[in-house]
Amino acid sequence: MRRKGLRPISGFGRAGRAAALALALAAGAAGAGEMPGEAPARVVSLNLCTDQLAMLLAAPGQFVAVSHLARDPLSSPMAEEAMAYPVTRGQAEEVFLLGPDLVLAGTYTTRATVELLRRLGLRVEEFPPPVSLADVGVQMRAVAAVLGRAEAGARMAEAFEAGLAALRAEPGPRAALYDASGYTGGEHTLAGEILAAAGFRNVASEVGLEAGGFLPLELLILAAPDAVVTGETYPGASRAEEILAHPALRGLSRAGAVSDADWVCGTPHLLGAIARLGAAREALGQ
Amino acid sequence: MSLRVTLGLSALVLLLFAASLLIGPAALGLSESLSALVRGGAERDAVALVMQEVRLPRALLGLMTGAALGLAGAAMQGFLRNPLAEPGLIGTSASAALGAVIALQTGLAALHPLALPGAALLGALISVGLILAIAGPRGGALALILAGIALSALAGALTSLVLNLSPNPFAAAEIVFWMLGSLADRSMLHVAVAAPFVLAGGAVLLALGRGLDALTLGEDAASALGVNLGRLKLLVVLGAAALVGGVTAVAGAIGFVGLVVPHVLRPFVGARPSALLPASALGGAAMVLMADIAVRLIAPDRDLKLGVLTALIGAPFFLHLIWRLRRQLA
Repeated sequence: MRRKGLRPISGFGRAGRAAALALALAAGAAGAGEMPGEAPARVVSLNLCTDQLAMLLAAPGQFVAVSHLARDPLSSPMAEEAMAYPVTRGQAEEVFLLGPDLVLAGTYTTRATVELLRRLGLRVEEFPPPVSLADVGVQMRAVAAVLGRAEAGARMAEAFEAGLAALRAEPGPRAALYDASGYTGGEHTLAGEILAAAGFRNVASEVGLEAGGFLPLELLILAAPDAVVTGETYPGASRAEEILAHPALRGLSRAGAVSDADWVCGTPHLLGAIARLGAAREALGQ
Repeated sequence: MSLRVTLGLSALVLLLFAASLLIGPAALGLSESLSALVRGGAERDAVALVMQEVRLPRALLGLMTGAALGLAGAAMQGFLRNPLAEPGLIGTSASAALGAVIALQTGLAALHPLALPGAALLGALISVGLILAIAGPRGGALALILAGIALSALAGALTSLVLNLSPNPFAAAEIVFWMLGSLADRSMLHVAVAAPFVLAGGAVLLALGRGLDALTLGEDAASALGVNLGRLKLLVVLGAAALVGGVTAVAGAIGFVGLVVPHVLRPFVGARPSALLPASALGGAAMVLMADIAVRLIAPDRDLKLGVLTALIGAPFFLHLIWRLRRQLA
């Protein structure tokens, strides 16, 4: 019975919560390969990235609900597949009513929901957003492990790492990542590593933004990169995205690829992003 | 307006305009950047692009925004004969911002370049009309301020609502831009969009000096002097709405400029609106250019909002005015 998991909130003290958190962290750190008990039977994900990995890795019927972002084609390369799953908007109540025995979440989002679900006695596993290509295989294995699908995870990670090694190009032309509000991904970000893997040198490093940050438009123009890689724009207007249509940017050449939904998460779709960007680099003739 | 004040203010605006052109994250030399302003054709290099497409529009918008807000404030104060009438305080700017946000989020703004400032003008027009109906020249300072608070709150809430409902995840974060204003990363497109409204509104209001002068003697005296009060009211409303709508559509709502500037200048040019109007336009331009230079010096990489600085100067001013007016307000 599901109600068994519902503990009185007052009886669930700070010590208990801390212990649960420590357990979860330890499980994450160990790759969660040796979780006690059997594979979870009903898994719900609250995070775009764990949504995709769960759709790719879970056994048939094991994964029961995605987060609403998974259905947004601007954020999710698996928007179509996500249509087959019920969707939640990350509210504790709707998640609890689905009766999951495992909830996958990101470390930065839906904090209140995660806290509440833990208080309700649910098992929640959190995964940080990948910040490097080296994280990607690790995370594939970790998500697979908590799903009890370690083998599928290992296969996916090995295929990804082999694909990445085959695509990786020597650094060539200079490119800048440029997004809403003038944000640029530095070399120590996932987007920056995608850029590097596709064979570009990152202009952000020339102005001291190795970790990414806001690159003033005039510094971008003076840096005169060989290509600018911009993101896709969302429907509806925003001032933040207007900078991508600034007339001053017309003097710079755009790369023949955009940073799209494939760039966001540590999934096999990253290989598609790197391949397209690599092709755009070759098209530059440098 | 006395020649000395005009010359002094013009020189100040010119100086601040030049300073605005010379300040930016890219350290460019004085002669290098000024010569790049006029470089065209094949010689148009990266420095020319920075000067012409990034810094020039920002300086021009600072000039236009300040002049428009200063002039609109002086005209509204002259017409309502109330020193607290100011586009930011009585909800005109907030309503213009609401009009602009609706035009942007419905896609109307993408249909025609003038749809965005047009919608902002409409928002401003509705709010000025409402304010005049509730607290016209005989309504008194208290009615004006209370109606302004209500209108500002309503327009601000609706702006937040529209932006929160937008499918664009960045839109909701921009509520602060629409409420406090900024000139960061604006382009010549924005200058072109706002300019017709600012020029038209400015021409209308600057021509009203004599009528507003007569009005300082009272409505009956003004009528006796041949001033058509109905026409004067219509032109003040239209002119102020065009100015506030035009600049708010591209720069967001920037408060207190129209309050502070006429007050600072009154001792120098006298209380006659015909002298105060052009002086307030110049003074407003100086104030916004100064604020925009300050935001770039204080926090070069943070996009500090202009309204923060104008409120830091303007709000104590406002309190001082209320202190002086409190007997009348009670």
